[in-house]
Amino acid sequence: MRRIYLDNNATTPVLPEVLEAMRPFFGERFGNASSIHHHGQETRAAVERARDLVASLLGCRSTEIVFTSGGTESDNLAIAGLVSAGDHIITSSIEHHAVLHACKHAEEMGCEVTCVPVDGRSLVNPDDVRRALRPNTKLISIMMANNETGVLQPVEEIGRIAGEADVFFHVDAVQAAAKVSIDVNRIACDAMSISGHKMHAPQGVGALYVRKGTHLQPLFYGGRHERSRRAGTENVAGIVALGKAAETAMQSFERGEGKKMSAMRDRLEQGILAQVEGAGVNGEGALRVPNTSNIYFEHVEGEAMVISLDLKGLAVSTGAACSSGAIEPSHVLMAMGLSADRARSSIRFSLGKQNTAEDIDLPLALVPEAVARLRELSPRYKKQSITIS
Amino acid sequence: MPTVKTIAVAMSGGVDSSTVAAMVRAEGHNVIGLTMQLWNQRRLGGQEGMPEQVTGRCCSLDDVYDARRVAEHIGIPYYVVNHEERFEHDVVRPFVAEYLSGRTPIPCSLCNNHLKFDQLHVVARQIGADCVATGHYARVEYDNTRGRWLLKRPTDRSKDQTYFLFGLTQEQLSRTLFPLGGMTKPEVRELARKHGLALAEKPDSQEICFVPGGDYKRFIDAYLAERGETLPDTAGELVTANGEVIGEHGGIHNFTVGQRKGLGVATGSPLYVIQINGADKQVVVGGDEHLYSRTLHGRRVNLISVGDLREPMRVAVKIRHRHEAAPAMLEKIAADEVLVTFDQPQRAITPGQAAVFYNDAVVVGGAWIA
Repeated sequence: MRRIYLDNNATTPVLPEVLEAMRPFFGERFGNASSIHHHGQETRAAVERARDLVASLLGCRSTEIVFTSGGTESDNLAIAGLVSAGDHIITSSIEHHAVLHACKHAEEMGCEVTCVPVDGRSLVNPDDVRRALRPNTKLISIMMANNETGVLQPVEEIGRIAGEADVFFHVDAVQAAAKVSIDVNRIACDAMSISGHKMHAPQGVGALYVRKGTHLQPLFYGGRHERSRRAGTENVAGIVALGKAAETAMQSFERGEGKKMSAMRDRLEQGILAQVEGAGVNGEGALRVPNTSNIYFEHVEGEAMVISLDLKGLAVSTGAACSSGAIEPSHVLMAMGLSADRARSSIRFSLGKQNTAEDIDLPLALVPEAVARLRELSPRYKKQSITIS
Repeated sequence: MPTVKTIAVAMSGGVDSSTVAAMVRAEGHNVIGLTMQLWNQRRLGGQEGMPEQVTGRCCSLDDVYDARRVAEHIGIPYYVVNHEERFEHDVVRPFVAEYLSGRTPIPCSLCNNHLKFDQLHVVARQIGADCVATGHYARVEYDNTRGRWLLKRPTDRSKDQTYFLFGLTQEQLSRTLFPLGGMTKPEVRELARKHGLALAEKPDSQEICFVPGGDYKRFIDAYLAERGETLPDTAGELVTANGEVIGEHGGIHNFTVGQRKGLGVATGSPLYVIQINGADKQVVVGGDEHLYSRTLHGRRVNLISVGDLREPMRVAVKIRHRHEAAPAMLEKIAADEVLVTFDQPQRAITPGQAAVFYNDAVVVGGAWIA
């Protein structure tokens, strides 16, 4: 069976050139980057080249990049590293659990947390952030692009608010990095998280930008790696891959590939909406990253839809997987004010660099067919059709 | 070569359903493994004296892990489907409400009727499966002469689960496979070993899946506390069959018909709960002889082997899971009500349980004891 993968917001395949770049570091270039001999020097150089590339992707200095194990660690390091008991944190209801649960933990450790709401398009209102400020506010943490809807948040405005109030601003850019161009200085943030596997580098590597002069309490204690901000021998192959993925992303920005991606996404979205009644885009009307489309299908159980499509070779997603692997309605869609039913009827399609225009044909054929069958077998949909007629 | 079907297997992570998955896979069908996530076992953990950690029961992460490993081992796609909301609405809440009104519920039958053979069948059809196979010990077959689907007792009578399946409709039965109906438990374990299933020796689960340790009183306390509801005051009098008040009790949900322990009164001869009057909050006690009764009324009747009960019928009736079916006369006395008259008085007929009617191995139908 030919399988098409349209769940790139969950994870992305490692690009061939990225795999090629990291391969030597599993073999002949095995050194510990902290060693003083030739082997160490070789890997140290590779780590620092990767740091330069990641820094250019975010528009910061190389020394401001801390390599981590991924987005979750970056978010935790930023939050736990910048606040202490008695501080107030402002975040939003649509953040990733890596941020929400890190804030919850901070709350248990004596911090106060305000979670600002979002509107029906999943947008944070900067005025809500401003109004939430308190004398003891220490940190604002707002994501750049939402993982479910792809909607871009007004981070520059929030950055100005944070600057005026002189509080730290952390941006979870895991779903934005390599999809839209980023400049940490324009956003005026003090910390920014990115994750390797969301941008065609492997799972298990990420980075945190930390503005120069910002004191960060580390999560781990050990050697003086990463300027004492993150102890632990560097994941050299992963870091090299992240650097290469950053370089590839910058090259594709130059070639204007974002437009190609959004054209593909729009063809998918319009094609589905043209064929299916009672469907619409969650987050419509807001600026979105070019690869994401979140569509609700009235009277369709998203879970059954994802399983049906998977059995036919199309990988998409709905909601959030709980620890057993069962699906729970997405907290993001619920925070947007969608009913539990509509949240459960929503499917996320997310494209990656490996997808071609051809890949869009499969969902355009399968989705309308699956929706029709699911509605046919939905007790609720039948009942409603009878009431209408 | 028999026709290849697409079969969804309801996988609990136990030996029985895992073996079913391996069996239908070996027969060459397209098999999809499904596990229903019904209850979050950690949800009430630590509340009102409930145990913190629960393992090895339905819907626990360990069971999902086991089911997933089996699916991987036999090479079938596998999914966990979330039906927690429906389970709470259709099984847990009625379970609590029944106890609070002085009846003794059977959640497994409710789960079969509303979840396993309803919701799961819908999901199965939605994802393109022709039928659902489960690891129940029962048989289903089509009777050409009657033009009806029959539910029959399994070969291994000691594992017979037909008592919990009396609510199945013709439509549900027509899309159900019980591949273990002709096998004994030791044979199933042997087959599991043959298929190389790591869980072949996993012990059977016995208790109600969402009530850890079987302590339903603590479960009710914890559930109501979590919902911010207070336990309704169902305390009242302990009376004899003649209406003589001999003491007080702490709440009718602590009792079940036939119970001897925990009555809080000392008398010369053993006393049993013979009746619970929900409306008056009275618990009626009496000697063993008072527990016997020749009749019962059944409501919410489901008939399987026959379409209707036009005239009284000789059947054997089971009044609880571990009960030897007793000969009786079954007759319809109202649109959705039957009267069962046993040849011999039966001990502790308990409202809230099911009465299931048999004609030899064939399940005629069943009803809820009023």
